[in-house]
Amino acid sequence: MSALLEVSGISVSFDGFRAINNLSFSIGPAELRAIIGPNGAGKTTFMDIVTGKTRPDQGTITFGERAVSLLGMSEARIAREGIGRKFQRPTVFEDQSVQDNLLLALKAARSPWCVLIWKPKASDLARVQVLAHEVGLADQLQRKSGELSHGQKQWLEIAMLLAQEPRLLLVDEPAAGMTPSEREQTTSLLVSLAKTRAVVVVEHDMDFVRRLNCRVTVLHEGAVLAEGSLDHVTRDQQVISVYLGRG
Amino acid sequence: MDGRAAGQAAKVDLTALNPNAGVRGVIAAALVPFTLSNPDPARRAEALTSIARDPTAETLAPLRASINREPDPAIKAQKTRLERFLTLRFDPDPAARVAAIDALGADTALDVRAALNPLIATTLVAAASPPDGNIARTLRLGRDIGETAAYELLVSAQLAPARLTLEDQRVALIANIADGKVVGVPVADLNSQAARDLVYTALEEAGKVPTAATDDEARAALASHGFYEVFLEPDVTVTAAAHAAMDRIQANVAVMQAADLGLDALSLAAIYFLAAIGLAITFGVMGVINMAHGEFITIGAYTGFVVQLFVPDYTLSILIALPLAFAVTFAAGVAMERLVIRHLYKRPLETLLATFGISIALQQILKNVFGTQARPLTAPGWLDGALTFNDVVSISYIRIAIFVLALLFLCSFLYLMKRTRLGLEVRAVTQNPAMAASMGINPDRINMLTFGLGSGIAGVAGVAIGLYAKVTSEMGADYIVQSFMTVVVGGVGNVWGALAGASMIGGLQKLIEFLNPANTLAAQTYMILFIILFIQVRPRGIIALRGRAAGD
Amino acid sequence: MSRSFFAKHPSVLIFIAVLAIFTIMVTLASDAYGFGWLSTSYIKTLGKTLSLCLVALAMDLIWGYAGILTLGHMAFFALGGYLIGMWLMYARTEEIVVQALAHGGLPATPEEISQGIASQIFGVVGTSDLPAIWSFAYSLPLQLALALAVPGLLALVFGWLAFRSRVTGVYLSILTQAMTLALALYLYQNDSGLRGNNGLSGLQNLPGLTETSQDLVSIWFFWASALALGLGYLTLAWAVSGKFGSVIRAIRDDEARVRFLGYPVELYKLFLFTLTALIAALAGVLYYPQAGIINPAELAPIASIYLAVWVAIGGRGRLYGAVIGAAFVSLLSSVFTSGRLPNIPLGPVWLSWVDWWLVLLGAAFVAVTLFAPKGISGVFDRYQRIAPPDRKGAPLGPADGSLQKQEAQA
Repeated sequence: MSALLEVSGISVSFDGFRAINNLSFSIGPAELRAIIGPNGAGKTTFMDIVTGKTRPDQGTITFGERAVSLLGMSEARIAREGIGRKFQRPTVFEDQSVQDNLLLALKAARSPWCVLIWKPKASDLARVQVLAHEVGLADQLQRKSGELSHGQKQWLEIAMLLAQEPRLLLVDEPAAGMTPSEREQTTSLLVSLAKTRAVVVVEHDMDFVRRLNCRVTVLHEGAVLAEGSLDHVTRDQQVISVYLGRG
Repeated sequence: MDGRAAGQAAKVDLTALNPNAGVRGVIAAALVPFTLSNPDPARRAEALTSIARDPTAETLAPLRASINREPDPAIKAQKTRLERFLTLRFDPDPAARVAAIDALGADTALDVRAALNPLIATTLVAAASPPDGNIARTLRLGRDIGETAAYELLVSAQLAPARLTLEDQRVALIANIADGKVVGVPVADLNSQAARDLVYTALEEAGKVPTAATDDEARAALASHGFYEVFLEPDVTVTAAAHAAMDRIQANVAVMQAADLGLDALSLAAIYFLAAIGLAITFGVMGVINMAHGEFITIGAYTGFVVQLFVPDYTLSILIALPLAFAVTFAAGVAMERLVIRHLYKRPLETLLATFGISIALQQILKNVFGTQARPLTAPGWLDGALTFNDVVSISYIRIAIFVLALLFLCSFLYLMKRTRLGLEVRAVTQNPAMAASMGINPDRINMLTFGLGSGIAGVAGVAIGLYAKVTSEMGADYIVQSFMTVVVGGVGNVWGALAGASMIGGLQKLIEFLNPANTLAAQTYMILFIILFIQVRPRGIIALRGRAAGD
Repeated sequence: MSRSFFAKHPSVLIFIAVLAIFTIMVTLASDAYGFGWLSTSYIKTLGKTLSLCLVALAMDLIWGYAGILTLGHMAFFALGGYLIGMWLMYARTEEIVVQALAHGGLPATPEEISQGIASQIFGVVGTSDLPAIWSFAYSLPLQLALALAVPGLLALVFGWLAFRSRVTGVYLSILTQAMTLALALYLYQNDSGLRGNNGLSGLQNLPGLTETSQDLVSIWFFWASALALGLGYLTLAWAVSGKFGSVIRAIRDDEARVRFLGYPVELYKLFLFTLTALIAALAGVLYYPQAGIINPAELAPIASIYLAVWVAIGGRGRLYGAVIGAAFVSLLSSVFTSGRLPNIPLGPVWLSWVDWWLVLLGAAFVAVTLFAPKGISGVFDRYQRIAPPDRKGAPLGPADGSLQKQEAQA
């Protein structure tokens, strides 16, 4: 199985501090992967690098069958390549309606001119309906998304990610601030998503990760400490000392 | 002419006649050689000055004669120097003149250059073959001398006929109109230059108008003549030595001009630093753009003006004005922070607009109160004049004072930020306001004080700027864009950034002005263009916060 | 423009109707086509106001919708004015010169004419050569094309440089301010080729229409300004009503998020910057023939800041707000600075409106920013009972130091 995303030997430092240190990582086209690690392990920086927000000092990142290099691409270009990212804090456009938010995310031409003359076709509106239905916002389409509850915003953001139809989904702490039932829903959604695309979940919550039932990568001080099933890594002596040592 | 005899006669004349001013001048010049040996040193120095002002060949001999007998060393040195200047111009022996020129070395004093200039003065000569005399260089047509200028030279040397001006041609044609025609051509057809030339040539052939040079003739005349720069000084060795000396001096002058430029740039940088540092503080610490910063500078300057109305002693008034300006603008800044800015935190664009509204209102209020004409802010007498190193390098004492003030501010600001409790708290609030708040620091108070501090420094800067520029209600606005540029170029949130930015902008502005001295307006345009391009290379300024803290 | 567009956005229809009625009323009140209730100079003021409304529309699009606070758009406005002014001045001077030369005894040669024009126009700055930038001034179509092309190109280059290096927020505001200042300083020079601080004058005289009275010319320009404003409003209302509007408002609110959705944010900004510069230039082309004179002071940074003031007072983020603001403030300003209002006695001093109007404007502006961020058109919301949208969302967490930075760049 060839990898969808192949990250090899990347390093980045901020003012002398090595946030990522010779990190390598790869994920297949339909795989669920959890990344865990203590604070400051470089989880967020790793996501920043993959999505083009931060430029690595060295290393390579390739994506897709043709293994195009993501280095030097803008964030927008990388997103158009098919990498979606969900932030920790729900970021939806609160001044606009749920429908507008979804239309914005819908896969379509992104250049200013195309967008200017773009009109939603019936199929686009139907797709928005379906997506909204999936996340339980079907009856909220005309509401301003700023009026939604925190949880609803989370769901709206997930629906927007789905609308983008990414091939790789990066999800930052999806379980934060969710009720137990919402967590369950999220878990099953992530698992079902990973059947057709690659999903990387960054999470603190061990219970949540256990429920995802997938391969786990442990980051520590900007490098991969261990990789394997959750049971495997939790038995790893180094992982235990890092986690217990930090409390 | 024998000096002694002339002296006696003059004495007799003086008593006999009542000479008018012109005659008196001539007599004074004639008397000079005797004054050189006058027992009164002041008179002797006077005589030297008068010789230097109007050097003649006659004075050389008496001057030389008086040197050895001169008791005063200072005047003796002066005499020796003057003797050299006279020698290099008037000595009959070329070798002595060359020696005198070489002895000058690379002295950059103005009088040296004034003495050398007549030796290398040239005239333009047009001639069919190279003229006799000391030719400086042969001019190439089109490169060293323009065709129009060259032809004019030919005409003035009566080597070629004057060219026909279009106006003369027109007048001549009109004078020859007969029955609506000129030599058979209808007037209506004379609406192009070619047609007019044709008709004029016909008139020439008919002998009705004077012959004028056509383009072809003019070109032929130019081609058959050479154009030369000829030295007024006939002796080749002398001119060569003078040229060499002048080159040495010019090279030396260039170095000194660079030094002078450096001093100018430094003082300009000090002004920009003073104007910008307050802005850098509020922008860096609070993320607040204060568009009214320029008006605070103005308020500071007007405070100085008002103080001088009440305290006539300039030294004392400046000493009062500096802290008072700080206090006034500090209070204004605190009031503004409390009333407006506090409500707009985290909305930087709106802060920019609101402070802009304040700026409009303040500027107009100042204009209404103090009027539109410039008000004086007079520096104390001991700041008049300039520190002069030589004829090229000098710097006015006011600029030195401003530079010292800027240094003082830099040091006290660094001390405040690094060594005091307040500085610690300010830095804490800058980095993480919420965290600082939870450690018991009151961010509101810190913000207020910071804003007051930034504004207060603007007030002091206003007094400093007012000392050398005119105080008007718009003076602050003149500095605001430069101040922003300083902050942006230097890097936000950092006093060193403000310093680097000010040095760079000040230095660059002086450099551009030096390269294009006629045009200070264009200098500013190029300056701003440069900054726009600079931001391409270093979007976050010279001294940038990097890494995650910069939010990038 | 489909019916549903107007149905969904009734304000557009209302605006067009109001503009049409206003135009008809002014026409009926004019000297040229009506009862002469309004003086010609007042018609010019109204026409100028309509052009200012058009540039305010542009400002609202880029600032109110896309959140880019540019403080340099009046530079494009003035550039448009300068470029059309070049033709007006050239063609008009040509007429005068040809007429003068006609009495010279000989028919004028082309060289004499161009020489005459050059010395007429540039005698005031001490030269008599026509600078190269006047090469196309003889032709109206060419110069009109330049009046749009030059500001457009300038905006394109400047915007490309600025947005490429991700200059945002207040940095961009200051950079645009520097741009207009640089341009103004350049034009102040006598050898800029545009008559230094004398600027261009006599622009109200249309070449070829010397006999036509200004009564007629003023109303023609009024119509042209109204037409441009109407068309501009329709176009922009259409543009912001669709997904394009959605994208640019999203850029205003969270530009990083839009980037992660795959939109080339910088390209959008450049597009908007250039588009609005073109609209501003067009407005300038209409404005300056009515003003009659243009000089480098028109490019002073303060002019562009007033533009922001108008839009803020009118209510940004909605097109009619910009128009209301521009019309309200600039008309009010012309009333207050006309010197016709009686001074107010305040004890020993007289309070003169001319002197204190700017103070009032500044204070009003601060008040609007503080208390009525939606400006005058907030009144319409109150009438329609629209609750203010909760844009800021949940309170920020404890570590919001970085978030503040993020906002500073938004």
